Amino acid sequence: MKLLPRPRLVGRDRRARRGEPNGFSLTFLILFAAVFSANAQPVIVGSKKFTESYVLGEIAKRTLNDSSIPAEHRQGMGGTIILWQALRGRQIDAYPEYTGTIAQEILKTDRKLSLNEIRDVLAEFDVGATEPLGFNNTYAIVMRRSEAEQLGLHTISDLRNHPELKIGLTHEFLDRQDGWQPLRTRYALPQENVIGIDHALGYAALKNGSIDVKDAYSTDAKIAEYDLVTLEDDLQFFPRYEAVFLYRLLLPAPTITALRKLEGTLNETRMIRLNAEAERTKNYTHAANSFFEGGRASTMTAGETFLHKLKRWTLRHLELAGASLLLSVLVGVPLGIFASRGGTLGQVILGFASVVQTIPSLALLALLVPLPFFGISVRTAIAALFLYGLLPIVRNTASGLQDIPRALRESAIALGLRPIARLWQIYLPMASRSILAGIKTSAVINIGTATLAALIGAGGLGEPILSGLNLNDHVTILEGAIPAALLALLVQWLFDLLDRVLIPKGLRL
Amino acid sequence: MSALVQLVDVSKRYADASALHSTNLAIERGKATVLIGPSGCGKSTLLRLIIGLITPDSGTIAFDESQITPANIDTLRRRIGYVIQEGGLFPHLTARANILLMARYLGKSDEEMRTHLLELCELTRLSNNLLSRYPIELSGGQRQRVSLMRALMLSPELLLLDEPLGALDPLVRASLQKELKEIFARLRQTTLFVTHDLAEAAYFGDEIVLMNEGHIVQQGSLFELREKPANDFVREFINSQRALVLT
Repeated sequence: MKLLPRPRLVGRDRRARRGEPNGFSLTFLILFAAVFSANAQPVIVGSKKFTESYVLGEIAKRTLNDSSIPAEHRQGMGGTIILWQALRGRQIDAYPEYTGTIAQEILKTDRKLSLNEIRDVLAEFDVGATEPLGFNNTYAIVMRRSEAEQLGLHTISDLRNHPELKIGLTHEFLDRQDGWQPLRTRYALPQENVIGIDHALGYAALKNGSIDVKDAYSTDAKIAEYDLVTLEDDLQFFPRYEAVFLYRLLLPAPTITALRKLEGTLNETRMIRLNAEAERTKNYTHAANSFFEGGRASTMTAGETFLHKLKRWTLRHLELAGASLLLSVLVGVPLGIFASRGGTLGQVILGFASVVQTIPSLALLALLVPLPFFGISVRTAIAALFLYGLLPIVRNTASGLQDIPRALRESAIALGLRPIARLWQIYLPMASRSILAGIKTSAVINIGTATLAALIGAGGLGEPILSGLNLNDHVTILEGAIPAALLALLVQWLFDLLDRVLIPKGLRL
Repeated sequence: MSALVQLVDVSKRYADASALHSTNLAIERGKATVLIGPSGCGKSTLLRLIIGLITPDSGTIAFDESQITPANIDTLRRRIGYVIQEGGLFPHLTARANILLMARYLGKSDEEMRTHLLELCELTRLSNNLLSRYPIELSGGQRQRVSLMRALMLSPELLLLDEPLGALDPLVRASLQKELKEIFARLRQTTLFVTHDLAEAAYFGDEIVLMNEGHIVQQGSLFELREKPANDFVREFINSQRALVLT
């Protein structure tokens, strides 16, 4: 494990650069705000990819609805930076955040900032913060109660004497400035056996003994459910993580007022109970409703039947895969034609398509999210899928054209056909088998990769997979995984049919 | 009347070696000219220069007194038929579609196309009902007949044949040779025929052009080449294939 040098006070640098007034962006902002309020767009609440954030997102949505403000909740969009970028990029209007995270991850400072100091800095990004909601969800180091008692472990310092313990940490905790590296330094922990693991999966790993120690949130319902103990932070390493809502300062005043009604309404006991309720019922809306007096159901989202949800997921999935495939074909085939001519241009095109393919899909999404046009949206998902779909189509088009024997290529020229006619009447039909094979490959890959779109709130069959992963609930995972697999098979079969229609008979004999 | 094709000081050099040294050649109307020589002597290069698949490094090529340029090459190509050893038929098109490809592209009337197609079938003795087959469903000899029909469809002024019978077995080859000769005589077709077989050259050629290493070594009738060889190469080339020619 290597310790990456972390830039300090990046937030301040950013502020300095943003210091000069910029007439254009100001005009743009005002225009934007005007358009938004005029159209009465719903307020978009985002949330991070863990139960508590989902529940808080639902609570915010419900609170706004109760004040007759239309609101939508984009569930589980990702980690801190994605949410923060989305807020600044106006793709979302508010999301639940923790004071410690704001200081460490967003403002990148080691100083302990008061909430007012945080507000001052955030204001320069046109972002505001509510007062604390009432509970402190700090990081905690947890392990199985039985093992802790057997080894006599009570504090994090006690871990020093047990280098054999296997540690499994969430990827975010591994990378955070207030995460594993400084914690290890502070406590001089000797453990070398550290793996990165998804939060929900980590609990299962802890339960079955694959790992012994894991990071958790102090309000996590799983702590009680799995009979875990929290090791005391005896060196006071973890900062305070007071939950607040971050929101855009340009939101209409009634919206902000409604959000601020939540200040001081949630203590730790209450939050743990809501988290447990959400995990037990696997229904965040339901858990959020139990926060409100009488627990009456929100009028905005009535319980959806499974078939209805499946239809919504599948349609969105097809929309994502279909739109991106269409783009891939429209761009990929011409690029493949250029690439087939070889030369530097051909090399550059094939090289570009290959490089895109080597970027992990998750990383590609994360790269696109901060770009102005994209952000947290369906657009981003389609753009990423489009880029992924390019390579098979470009490469197969190019190789299909290059594989046409020289004698036939020259026959087409010698007949006196003009270049466009040669391409349409001779070359493309002759390469049709290869081109269609490329499109088929793209389509099947797209169906699979489109499940990742749920990571940035773009929906599709990845939605149940993601929340199933989060809840460690296999049935929910399968609700998305099985239809996605069937869809891939169906698409494969449809393309096999299409081959018979589109590939000329003379090439199939 | 002037020559149909006139090459003046034409040369072509490939990256590794010179393919054709500065060459002058006239192809007379109504005659069958045969280019002959060992492999790599430049005979196919010469043919490919005339149809514009490659462009000369120096010199000019004139077709029917107009110089070949990138601007007019496509139009000129439609006045030239081109048949290659492998036939060059497009596998995704039926025999009929291959033959009619250019006529359709140029918007000829259905009536005109049908009449001409029937004439060509008769001329090449290809059964009408083979026309709906794809190239892969035809024999080598049938494919070359279709390829010839495609080349003749627009009634070209010049027919270029690049070893058109080279890939056929001897029996088919012999019968097609005979038919081709009859066809060219009937059409009074100006033909430029490439072969490496002296017997074939003697059979078809009114004029034989013997090439070696990118040069035209000698030009004339077989009799002239045999009785007055220009140099030792001609003498050897003739002698090596003499048994075939004279028996």
